[in-house]
Amino acid sequence: MSLAAIALNRFGLGARPGDSAPADPRGWLLAQVGQFDPRPAVITALPDAAAMTLQYRQNLGQLRRQVVVGVRPPGDPEPPKDPEAGAAREMGANQAQRERRQAFAQAYGGQVNARLTLALTTATPFAERLVHFWANHFAISTDKLATATMGGPLEFEAIRPHIAGRFVDMLLAVTRHPGMQFYLDQAQSIGPNSLLGQAARRRNAPRQPGLNENLAREILELHTLGAGNYTQADVAGLARALTGWSIGGFVRRPLGVAAPDGQFVFQPNWHEPGSVTVAGKPYRQNGEAQALAILNDLALHPLTARRLAFKLARHFVADVPPPALVERMAAAYLASGGQLPALYKALIDAPEAWAAPLAKFKTPWDWLVSSLRALGRENVPPMQAIGALRELGQPTWRPGSPAGWEDDAARWAAPDALLRRVEVASRIAAPLAATIDARSLAPRILPGTLSSATASAIARAESPAEGLALLLVAPEFLRR
Amino acid sequence: MINRRSLLARGALLGGFTLAPQLALATAGTDQRLVFIVLRGAMDGLAAIPPIGDPRLNQLRGLLAQPPEQFGALLPLTSDFAAHPALKGFAGLFAAGEAGVVHAVASPYRERSHFDAQNILETGGNAAYALKDGWLNRLLPLLPAAPPPVALSATLPALLRGAAPTTSFAPSRLPDASASLKARVAALYENDALLHRLWSEAMATEMIAGANDGGAANPQGLAASAARLLADPAGPRIAVLEMGGWDTHAGQPVRLANQLRQLDGVITTLKQGLGPAWSSTLVIAATEFGRTVAANGTSGTDHGTASAALLAGGRLQGGPAAGRVLGDWPGLQNLHEGRDLLPTTSLNSLFAGAVAGLFGLDPALVTRRVFAAAPAPALAIVRA
Repeated sequence: MSLAAIALNRFGLGARPGDSAPADPRGWLLAQVGQFDPRPAVITALPDAAAMTLQYRQNLGQLRRQVVVGVRPPGDPEPPKDPEAGAAREMGANQAQRERRQAFAQAYGGQVNARLTLALTTATPFAERLVHFWANHFAISTDKLATATMGGPLEFEAIRPHIAGRFVDMLLAVTRHPGMQFYLDQAQSIGPNSLLGQAARRRNAPRQPGLNENLAREILELHTLGAGNYTQADVAGLARALTGWSIGGFVRRPLGVAAPDGQFVFQPNWHEPGSVTVAGKPYRQNGEAQALAILNDLALHPLTARRLAFKLARHFVADVPPPALVERMAAAYLASGGQLPALYKALIDAPEAWAAPLAKFKTPWDWLVSSLRALGRENVPPMQAIGALRELGQPTWRPGSPAGWEDDAARWAAPDALLRRVEVASRIAAPLAATIDARSLAPRILPGTLSSATASAIARAESPAEGLALLLVAPEFLRR
Repeated sequence: MINRRSLLARGALLGGFTLAPQLALATAGTDQRLVFIVLRGAMDGLAAIPPIGDPRLNQLRGLLAQPPEQFGALLPLTSDFAAHPALKGFAGLFAAGEAGVVHAVASPYRERSHFDAQNILETGGNAAYALKDGWLNRLLPLLPAAPPPVALSATLPALLRGAAPTTSFAPSRLPDASASLKARVAALYENDALLHRLWSEAMATEMIAGANDGGAANPQGLAASAARLLADPAGPRIAVLEMGGWDTHAGQPVRLANQLRQLDGVITTLKQGLGPAWSSTLVIAATEFGRTVAANGTSGTDHGTASAALLAGGRLQGGPAAGRVLGDWPGLQNLHEGRDLLPTTSLNSLFAGAVAGLFGLDPALVTRRVFAAAPAPALAIVRA
């Protein structure tokens, strides 16, 4: 297999029919990190996190005002006894619910469309793949009302601007983003001994504000040090330090500083006073500086370096990456002071990354993107893409857990999942079969990897559409 | 290149006979059925099966101790325990001796990471990622021959991964690929060991499951598919379902009630779909850990330790768990690390006892062969 083919298919998003083989594959990949456009027009045209927060707040207000099929929000008055008035009210609620669903579907559809269009048309496919990788490292899931339309904004606003910079800047951007704050319940985490906590105790409020350790735990377990490398005391310490890190517009609590919808705000009166200890180091700072200092140290911790290196090597090279490669990448990251391009360069420079033949089984996203690229598609109706990704088992920004999607064959190579790929391949190939000859396309898409068995299966297919579908589900196309 | 084997395979597929030979010829060597439901995200056992006899519950939980008004009142199971009102079907089965509970139960894991804990729940190990195969997969060699267990999901959960053949199935909303394309795909995968195995299993499972149940996202639809597969005399005997959404850090009352209502629907759908086979079925619903006893600052609960496991099935009739809450109730006076329900029963005791009783195996053998990494004395669950 040629180095050019590896650069296109393993490190990129899959070859397109018109792609010419890069003359200097390593240089081509490394240059992309500098050429990458973090804010292309297809993204700037979309509503941002602030707009989505406002929409969420309005929806929430509407939900509170109306009876929603069978569930009466706490504190809502008794439903009216007059059956006609009740029915009218329910109809109004159903209408509002339909409109809300439509608004969500439209926003989510626009975001998935932007992501996919970029993946299909980008001049820097390696950099786009890095965006997908980091978005999955800092995964949120859109199955909560508050995060239903935050998948796109988190990736576009907190991940894309930082893939070519320091890891800590991405960590901070994500931690401050409303998508992550809402997903892991940070925005309302309040120190019991903060001014607000004390006031609530004095008033004997029925619901006392308190800490929520969800975000703190996942920062330690998923974003930085990794499972087994932190203690419950570390979680409690970081959770205390993070109190007051919140989002403007949505959280209504007394003693809060006003801030625009969806914007990160530090609320000094919600912050738990006192020093904390995380990973064996005391932090005595007051206010926002405390968590900032902790996150800074976590980003540069050797365990974080090894975890990031391992995940990146697993993503590109093999489910079980060579330990020596992981060590070299981690060392390069630390030596650079936490610069992500140093991590990428160590990967690209490594002979191991170019040796292992087709070790990675593509995820559904990878497979669908590379299939559409192979067919020369530059856009797909968003509802079709969303439906296909759901059926393939990887709905965009919806992994269901902050751990994100798994990145190994054990997760994706399953009987039913394979059948779904064949069905999707058959569907997306059909409309293009009249214009694309799979026999001449195959060697251009899979230079050096197309097997004679696949080539002859394509040549003997019952119809052009069948031949094209066979190319997309061939063993060498399912892997990279 | 076409050799004789691939020609035979193509001929068989094109003729519409798409069961892989080993499955087509197999008749299940047992009529006992097991359904395992993995509850991902840590179900709050104290809200699902609240210890109404324990006065500390209201003190520690405050507003969270009562289910949301619109769901109705708690459903008493015994003098000490009740079921959440959303578990209406389950409570009915409990009264009829076709359901039971094991409370204050936990895996050997004592940290609070979902991902590590689920791995231990599914592998039956004592450390995360120490074992590469799922405990249900290790059980298979001890069982009479039967078609491979099926996971009702597009991908395979860790519980079933391992050396013994297993399969997965999720109802599809896509149009079917043509029979011709499927036959050619089968031929194309002839020489690729992994893809050949996956494809044969997919074809075999698709044949048995038949109709569409309305999409992969609907747990009751998946339960209906599972019931149809298991009810088939020549179908699999073990099915695995997964349900996420239990991680109720905020706004727990309504979210958890909706989750429990879905779980209840899954259990009643299984009973309905299995028909007469329900009498030889055991359903186990278990989660990776429980949740804190006290409420947090956002009307939710954080990661805890012990939880409850729910059992259902006609196979429970007349046995030790029929209409009983098993386990050694530790009370809420003395909490694990001052915050969580203290675990008193190992999930592995429950699993080992349940599958040994169900399939008529020696419990000591099951413990030795399946749960060697974290052995615990098997708990009697069903009559022999």
